[in-house]
Amino acid sequence: MGLKDKLEFPGQVHETPDGSFIVSQLDNLINWARANSMWPLAFGTSCCAIEMMHTVNAKYDWSRFGFEVMRATPRQSDLIIVSGTITMKMAPVLKRLYDQMPEPRYVIAMGACTISGGPFFYNTYSVVKGIDHILPVDVFVPGCPPRPEALLHSMMALQEKIKNEPYFRKAKEEAK
Amino acid sequence: MNNEELKNSITQILPSATFDESGEFMSVFISSEELLPFMKELRNRDELFFDYLFCETCVDWKDHLMMVYFLNSKTHKHNIVVKAKITDTINPKIESVYDIWKTAELNEDEIFDLFGVTFLNHPNLRRLFMPEDWPGFPLRKNYVDDNMIEL
Repeated sequence: MGLKDKLEFPGQVHETPDGSFIVSQLDNLINWARANSMWPLAFGTSCCAIEMMHTVNAKYDWSRFGFEVMRATPRQSDLIIVSGTITMKMAPVLKRLYDQMPEPRYVIAMGACTISGGPFFYNTYSVVKGIDHILPVDVFVPGCPPRPEALLHSMMALQEKIKNEPYFRKAKEEAK
Repeated sequence: MNNEELKNSITQILPSATFDESGEFMSVFISSEELLPFMKELRNRDELFFDYLFCETCVDWKDHLMMVYFLNSKTHKHNIVVKAKITDTINPKIESVYDIWKTAELNEDEIFDLFGVTFLNHPNLRRLFMPEDWPGFPLRKNYVDDNMIEL
């Protein structure tokens, strides 16, 4: 899939003399809208957060790809980028932030620390050895820290995931 | 004051003090019981006037704990390290120097957090970095954590 396909509208536009109508699946239409307006939570704990800030700001500018504004409250965001070391003391806070986010919500684990504890895997008493012990992770980005390009790539991978998941069925399954 | 003059004045205050000049700063070894009156003299005597505690920490030597106080005088521009030995490693206690140097409050919180030294007469002794309910004191040599993977 090229960039053009990613941006393209999911459906066919049929022209008629009185105007035009669109044939599409509601799942695809909603997912297209959702994937292109992710609102990440402003959350960062270490040097990965610095790299994430670069990705937000003018040089890389993730708004170009539909990630838009960072929200300072979990209640308004649907994506949390866990950027940086999560310590045992931070873990309950992170869990609480995640729980406060409205469904559907997504998690990106950015950097070695969040994936496995990274450089703090051995001989450390204070670091969580991978945030998948606390949260369900959608995309892992390796690196220490990952470059902004890697983060952008991971977020596009997340967009792919969102576009290919059944939105209504997902809600139904989770209600069970 | 140079080290010799410091030695002379300190010996007048506390004859039992011993010295070590091998490090960057001269060290004075005292016992934990005589800490508070000794520190007050260091702070208040005009010729010593150590008005700044620039570091306070602790070392675990397995059979004893050593409190280390780094002192500096802004007026006389001299430094000294005071080392106070705590022999009780199971329930270590020492007087707080908060009344002399206010900066000791957070330093002592940290030492309590990581070494488990109880500071008497400390205004608010609490865990600083570790979670409130954390078992044990991580920087002690005998600390064991089952979740820790040793390399």
